[in-house]
Amino acid sequence: MTGFLVRRIFQALIVLWVMSFVTYGLLALMPGDPIDLMLAGDPNVTSADVARLRALHGLDRPFLERYGDWLAGALNGDLGYSRLFGAPVLDVLAPRLLNSLLLMGLAFLVAVSIALPASVAAARRPGSLTDRLINLLCFAGISVPAFWLALLIILLFAVTLGLFPASGMATIGDGGFDDRAAHLVLPVITLAVASLAQYTRHGRAAMIEVLREDYIRTARAKGVTERAILWRHGFRNALIPVITIMALDFGALFSGALIVETMFAYLGMGKTIYDAVMGNDYNLALVGLLLATAITLAANIAADIAYTLIDPRIRLTGRRPA
Amino acid sequence: MSMATIHAVQRRSPFARLRRNGSATASLVLLAGLLLACFSAPLTGAAVGIDATSIDLFNIAAAPSADHPLGTDEIGRDLLMRLLEGGRVSLTVGLAAALSATVIGTLIGLLAGYRGGIADAVLMRLADGVISLPLLPLLIVLAAIDPVKIGLPSELVHSESFSLYRIVIIIALVGWTTTARLVRGTVLSLRERDFIEAARAQGLPPSRILLRHLLPNAASPILVAMTLTIGNVILFESVLSFLGLGIQPPIPSWGNMLTGAQDLISVAPMLAVWPGLLIFAAVIAFNFLGDGLQDALDPRALSQHGR
Repeated sequence: MTGFLVRRIFQALIVLWVMSFVTYGLLALMPGDPIDLMLAGDPNVTSADVARLRALHGLDRPFLERYGDWLAGALNGDLGYSRLFGAPVLDVLAPRLLNSLLLMGLAFLVAVSIALPASVAAARRPGSLTDRLINLLCFAGISVPAFWLALLIILLFAVTLGLFPASGMATIGDGGFDDRAAHLVLPVITLAVASLAQYTRHGRAAMIEVLREDYIRTARAKGVTERAILWRHGFRNALIPVITIMALDFGALFSGALIVETMFAYLGMGKTIYDAVMGNDYNLALVGLLLATAITLAANIAADIAYTLIDPRIRLTGRRPA
Repeated sequence: MSMATIHAVQRRSPFARLRRNGSATASLVLLAGLLLACFSAPLTGAAVGIDATSIDLFNIAAAPSADHPLGTDEIGRDLLMRLLEGGRVSLTVGLAAALSATVIGTLIGLLAGYRGGIADAVLMRLADGVISLPLLPLLIVLAAIDPVKIGLPSELVHSESFSLYRIVIIIALVGWTTTARLVRGTVLSLRERDFIEAARAQGLPPSRILLRHLLPNAASPILVAMTLTIGNVILFESVLSFLGLGIQPPIPSWGNMLTGAQDLISVAPMLAVWPGLLIFAAVIAFNFLGDGLQDALDPRALSQHGR
């Protein structure tokens, strides 16, 4: 178990390191480098001045050398400065990351608590009306563009019915628990839809597979109640592939959060990355991307640990169960 | 369903099996209609004298009328023509990016599966890495790159259609992983089979074994994966264009049409409804079609779906 975890964490760190290299490389490819931006402030600089400025800020040094410096700084917690917010990048990102995790965590809970019963209900009688209806809704859920869904939800619940606020994190001057919760309702619902559909599809397939096993027939033969067969014998065994999907889906959840945060003006990581790109604050965008990657990798490792909790037969010695 | 019926269904040709799948058939008809309407739009538009570009500032966000069957957009252009033109762009980008991603994925999958060893380990870890990334933030950052800095000529970069190429390329760069894994899996399961052994014993070069003996056997999963990829690509294109990082106006796409519609949502909600509805319809149709193809091409999986 520990050996396995150490190896997984090591692998994740390598992916992260590669990403940091790619990220730093991308930084160099963004339009307008820091010197270009400085030039905008003084129309009288000569090209000799530009060269001197570049040398002064170390921009004339080879790429690998600059990357090495950046990495050394990053490892010491210095991830640079955000131009847009006028603050160290981490100070900008940390609170927004918590906001995102709150949004994603709630959406995940909503998705799981609907998807699991729905997939059991569908798998109970494959081909039945219930099953077909759930299947249709799943296809709709994975196919609907999240930003359009957000527009429709805003139109219906905020503009027409006026039930919930359409944007922001809290009403200015309020910000109590009820107020913050009301601002979360629509974003959480929007974000949950795609994951909900994805989990239900895979949950249903896994349940159908499990319910054809011999031990289910044995359980039926010895008179175990249908309810116990579905939940105790079937469901627990169907959970493993579902958890794999949930872990793999975490990146998609992050992508969804970016859309939802932007649509509902919710101050999270995804919106910050988007705003940073639109506002030419590339350092912020890239550190945000790196952080998002790190969290996704952590979620994958968490899924590996979850397997052992659900199925004691898995000892985490080799590869992840398929 | 009984074993006898399962066997009877399995004996039918894949095409016949696909036709018996109601949602897949309906999707195929819908997609054919959508493609036909979108790609004939310039001709039909010219025939009735409406085009997608003429602006009419005295007729902004107008209700449907005889001249404009779906009304006009935020600067008075005909909404129906814009939808068809936008569809041409969105569907073209979807097909082109999915095709590119599939070609990349197939090549990587063939290489990893056939070579094995270090090449396999490196390529599959790369695929795992890309799969686990949060794709939309990555695509947004990739879309912000200045192409002149990677050495592309400036006149190409500033041409109107460059945003089309750019989005196809960046989506293909991250979209190849599913296909690569599928192809690798198929190659691994076939690699030790007798007919491959025979081909190798005849002294055929690896490239020929890969392309003539292994690739055809992987055709079904590749086709299914590509169909499902098209749907995903259309979703990514639409959101990037909506956010202003994909297809750039004045070229219309279903995604960037929604950008303008957002501001008018309480005045003219239909402007926001139509493009989204078409994205939704196209994506769900590609997903149903991919699912139907999977059942049709792999009859063994049929009983699992219980149809």
